[in-house]
Amino acid sequence: MLDCTPKEIIERSGGVINPAKTCQPIGAMYAALGIHNCLPHSHGSQGCCSYHRMHLTRHFREPVMATTSSFTEGASVFGGVANLKTAIKNVFAIYNPDVMAVHTTCLSETIGDDITTIIKSAEVPEGKLVIHANTPSYQGSHITGFSNMTKGIVSYLAEATLEAKKEQVNIIPGFVNPGDMREIKRIVNLMGMKFIMFPDTSGVLDSPMTGKFAMYPKGGVKVEDLRDTGNSKLTIALGTYASSDAANLLERKCNVPAVTLKTPIGIKATDEFLMTLRQSFIKEVPYQLEEERGQLADIMIDTHYHFHGKKVAIFGDPDIIIGLTEFVLSLGMKPVYVLTGTPGGTIGGPKGMFEKEIKDMLVEAGIEGKVKAAGDLFELHQWIKNEPVDLLIGNTYGKYIARAEDIPFVRVGFPILDRSMHPYLPVVGYRGAMRLLELISNALLERVDRDARDEDFELVM
Amino acid sequence: MKAVNLLELPVEERKESIYAKGKQKPNLKCDTDSIAGVVSQRACVYCGARVVLNPVTDAVHLVHGPIGCASYTWDIRGALSSGSDLYRFSFSTDLKEQDVIFGGEKKLALAIDELVLKYNPKLVFVYSTCIVGVIGDDLEMVCRVAARKHGIDVIPVQSSGFAGNKSAGYRAACDALLRLIEPKNKKEVKKSKSLNYLGDFNLAGEVWIIKSYLREMDIDMNVAFTGDSSCAALKTAAKASLNIVQCTGSMFYLAGKMEQIYGIPYMNISFLGLEDTAESLRKIAKFFGDPETMCKAEELIEREINANGDIVRGYREKLRGKKAAVYVGGGFKAISLIKQFREIGIDVVMVGTQTGRQEEYDTINDLVDEGTVILDDANPAELEQFIVKKGAHLLVGGVKERPLAYKLGVAFIDHNHDRKHPLSGFVGAVNFAEEVYSTVCSPVWRFTQVPADAPDWLDGNAGKREIIIA
Ligand code: SF4
Ligand code: SF4
Repeated sequence: MLDCTPKEIIERSGGVINPAKTCQPIGAMYAALGIHNCLPHSHGSQGCCSYHRMHLTRHFREPVMATTSSFTEGASVFGGVANLKTAIKNVFAIYNPDVMAVHTTCLSETIGDDITTIIKSAEVPEGKLVIHANTPSYQGSHITGFSNMTKGIVSYLAEATLEAKKEQVNIIPGFVNPGDMREIKRIVNLMGMKFIMFPDTSGVLDSPMTGKFAMYPKGGVKVEDLRDTGNSKLTIALGTYASSDAANLLERKCNVPAVTLKTPIGIKATDEFLMTLRQSFIKEVPYQLEEERGQLADIMIDTHYHFHGKKVAIFGDPDIIIGLTEFVLSLGMKPVYVLTGTPGGTIGGPKGMFEKEIKDMLVEAGIEGKVKAAGDLFELHQWIKNEPVDLLIGNTYGKYIARAEDIPFVRVGFPILDRSMHPYLPVVGYRGAMRLLELISNALLERVDRDARDEDFELVM
Repeated sequence: MKAVNLLELPVEERKESIYAKGKQKPNLKCDTDSIAGVVSQRACVYCGARVVLNPVTDAVHLVHGPIGCASYTWDIRGALSSGSDLYRFSFSTDLKEQDVIFGGEKKLALAIDELVLKYNPKLVFVYSTCIVGVIGDDLEMVCRVAARKHGIDVIPVQSSGFAGNKSAGYRAACDALLRLIEPKNKKEVKKSKSLNYLGDFNLAGEVWIIKSYLREMDIDMNVAFTGDSSCAALKTAAKASLNIVQCTGSMFYLAGKMEQIYGIPYMNISFLGLEDTAESLRKIAKFFGDPETMCKAEELIEREINANGDIVRGYREKLRGKKAAVYVGGGFKAISLIKQFREIGIDVVMVGTQTGRQEEYDTINDLVDEGTVILDDANPAELEQFIVKKGAHLLVGGVKERPLAYKLGVAFIDHNHDRKHPLSGFVGAVNFAEEVYSTVCSPVWRFTQVPADAPDWLDGNAGKREIIIA
């Protein structure tokens, strides 16, 4: 499959082959699902909404609810004002959410609907809220969309109502799985801290089977907590690309200082996360976390020789692969190709930093590698064809390359459409790192077993 | 918390799209636009066009638009190929802000040039998406120029998402196919003892099954639309003497046009279920008229029914009394499913489609029992409601419906693009029965049935399915 990718590299400028990203609204939809009792709404034609729900459904294997403005030709010519107003009326009448979170699509962006004004003039029932984010997909990626909706949450809801800030921390986890969000909450709980995490899709997209269908499952961050984020002492944004914009906005709006850290994948990034919490709140790290860290270090030492010097290609969403790169480096592996489809900086922001950040890590480790933002999987495949790697890490779409080039493959990131359970099991924190170790070493060792000649086949590895 | 009651549904407009079969058959409202602010299971024009054309295996399918439209349709349809894999790539012009402002024609032309250079294809489909429709790129012109420049077929697909729903996309795809198959000289096309098979996308290799049946009857399958088809094969379409149509939703338009232009008659057939498959093969044999073909058809049918009938009947014993709810894309598929369920002893208590036509709903109405709920363009709240109220044990649907069914503690089978084994033909009938059995009778459902005296943490309500909104 996909072995028709040619080896010869031709300069391209006319588009993308096998994208390593998708569009903004799906990120916004995902972020909105992380609010309790919230119904995402897609302002555009039905197709976009249907695709976004389908994609999320495939990854999470959970019902994903969202409404659409159902644009027709008329709306695309005269604007979608009437559609959105009708939609707002219908959404509250039929589905009765606490919050309706509107995001735009390419179409409504192009025709220039002014969502702020439409929402202001719409009939929103007492006590109910409509928030929005602009998410044109001809900019950025699904990560940008997640970031924009998270910013939307801050700009509509966060309020600084108290004189003095509370001893509590806001945590923006980024575009990670519900299982990761649970793990981050567990860690912060163990630290004995008061916190507000948003968005929080745990309990929404990994909800338990009870024999009932709930339009709004129990999880998600509550609106009153979102308001209270303005009173927190600190915001920790995990991941520059998905989380820092909202944290910075919160700082400007409510004077809550913002710190951006890496998504806590691997031992180093998790250490930094804990140290930041410890220093900012003068808390001791409990023994349980120390123990977990010690176990992780122990396993890393037990197994390091399996990993050392192995070449890896990593692709996916920027925050995730920055963490992954750092982690595989800490195992002595060589991440020689690192690629994301998301552009290296958000529009208008000073963050064209992706390539530099990874390159700096590689230089420090004395490794030469290719790093690219706004790339596609065709390009990654060509690199690998020209100089193979021992392991590929990335989302589901990597399976084509893995098969064509016959390399072990570990699925991490979004979307994972062909395996279950990923949304439940974390890759963040010390425990998440253990899981990653298991995935990576299984992939490598199974490969050794598979390729071994009879005389080389051994019980102990 | 309140349970949803249909009659209380605040959206007046939906009422005409739902009814329960009774003595009086109301006119069901279908083929209309969805209502803003309702969770719709429907997709867009582009989606419709893409699913129909995607199985053309050696074409470059270039999506002209921003990245998402291409990302979501990257190899999500399990259409198998016996040759080229090119259709499984995802090509997009990945329009950016500058393109939206200044137009994307240049970028499109460049993308086509680069792809032709790289893959040397005979055929490029260029799909327009919503945004292209709005910024007004001249797809026709760009494609015409590129076609001339490279000496290949470059065919625009007018599939801007907002211009209707999925059915409009089917038509756009059919129009693109008509352009492709047009012979240089219409008069010279000679008919052969072969047929075209319309409306099968070779999911799990279904086209191959039918092809082998026909071969046994000495009938040649000229080309399938579009499962496992190629540019060259499609171009011979006009020489067939019959079109058989499986998925009418997507293909009745093409069949009609081909009759008009090339004088190729068409017939609706269905290869879903033992009975329908047998009937369809007979119909086809009769069309070709010679006794030998008819004789061979009878032999084939007898052999296959003998081989598979008992298995299916075995499942019928196990499944008797179970009830199914159906929510699928097209009306014809719904009709076939009702019959197929009957074959394995299951009553259909709810039937809905995304794009069913009036005639199809009439047929559905004639087929089902009194009390069966019939609805068009349903949303999840409605689906849940009827699944629960009618006590369905099983839902048939697509990707988005699967977790919905599971959350209700109801079994599920995919009759859309995600199926992994063929459901067509005699062997498909067995697969179908097996699949229904394996989900309806799986032991996992036991864990949703919690005894009344269960401890609190087990949630005393589990197992008593109900819908909760708010
Ligand atoms: S039109 Fe834009 S928002 Fe809609 S699917 Fe395509 S890229 Fe995404
Ligand atoms: S933009 Fe239009 S064409 Fe693309 S997915 Fe959305 S509705 Fe369909």
